[in-house]
Amino acid sequence: MPELKSLGALIGAGLVYGIGALGPGIGIGFLVGKSVESMGRQPEAAGMIRTTMFIGIAFVEALALFGFVLSFILQGQA
Amino acid sequence: MVLAFEVPPVEEMFSFKTLVPIRLGPVDASLSGAVLLLFLATFLVGLFFWAAARRPALVPKGVQNLAEAVVDFVREGIVMEVMGPEGLRWLPLLVTMFAFIFVNNVFEVIPGISFPVTSRMGHPATLAFMSLFVFNVAGVQRHGLLGYLKHLLSPPPGLRGVMGVVVSVIFIPIEVISTLLVRPLTLAVRLFANMMAGHIILTIFYVATAAFLQPKLAGVLAVAPLGLAVALTAFEILVAALQAYIFTILTAVYISLAVQAHH
Repeated sequence: MPELKSLGALIGAGLVYGIGALGPGIGIGFLVGKSVESMGRQPEAAGMIRTTMFIGIAFVEALALFGFVLSFILQGQA
Repeated sequence: MVLAFEVPPVEEMFSFKTLVPIRLGPVDASLSGAVLLLFLATFLVGLFFWAAARRPALVPKGVQNLAEAVVDFVREGIVMEVMGPEGLRWLPLLVTMFAFIFVNNVFEVIPGISFPVTSRMGHPATLAFMSLFVFNVAGVQRHGLLGYLKHLLSPPPGLRGVMGVVVSVIFIPIEVISTLLVRPLTLAVRLFANMMAGHIILTIFYVATAAFLQPKLAGVLAVAPLGLAVALTAFEILVAALQAYIFTILTAVYISLAVQAHH
């Protein structure tokens, strides 16, 4: 039974990071793409857009980082 | 002929021998290589700015020129963009933060050191605690304690009546957790994860180069991992600067969110 538990923990550790990175990956892609698009349309607002973009990236990236931390916690359970 | 090589275990890449064991109650405060590197980084940053400001010249040259470029980058690229002129009082903190994190990160690619101090969780965690402390103190300074709590616990504007109550019940706990817990946690983990991943990747490629160079195998095979290792080293310098920039700009953003007028 302990083997099964550590097997589950290790598989879970891999999955939780991989799946956890999917959504934020797509999200950051959209976010930066749209920001670059609007910087192209309005170069004089580039500074403001860049700042807002970084705030947005920070919030979206947080989700991927949760997956990263959880995968470490799960590895510790193995 | 087997094309295999041994990668050292991850724990080994990030641990140092204890040089002087020190215990402060339950806390292990021993002096090890990582702590010495931390002292070295502190000393280097201090020396850099001291040398730059020792004999300030109207027309800067040498180290003063470099220091002015750093200060100007943080001033124009971070403070003025995020906080505007009223944020200039935070400039010394942010410049120091940027320079310190950058030096600690860039140790990753300095020959003879090859270890980013920020890839051990304690260091980014301390920096993130500092950021948390600073933006809360900035908010309390601006709004007063009650005003800051009101600022933190206020419902989203524009909703009245039952809807306002319902949204507030959901919104306020999320906002408090996001401000006081998620912000420092993500600041620390972002820096730590990036530097740790960089260190592991560089280690793997240099170990592979060394393994393929052995006379038994054809030395030509080492060209590919060596080329990739050099390219990744350049990439890691970029990551070191980028992570220092992101940590600093997010601290600036959190300070400006805490002090901004409540609407």
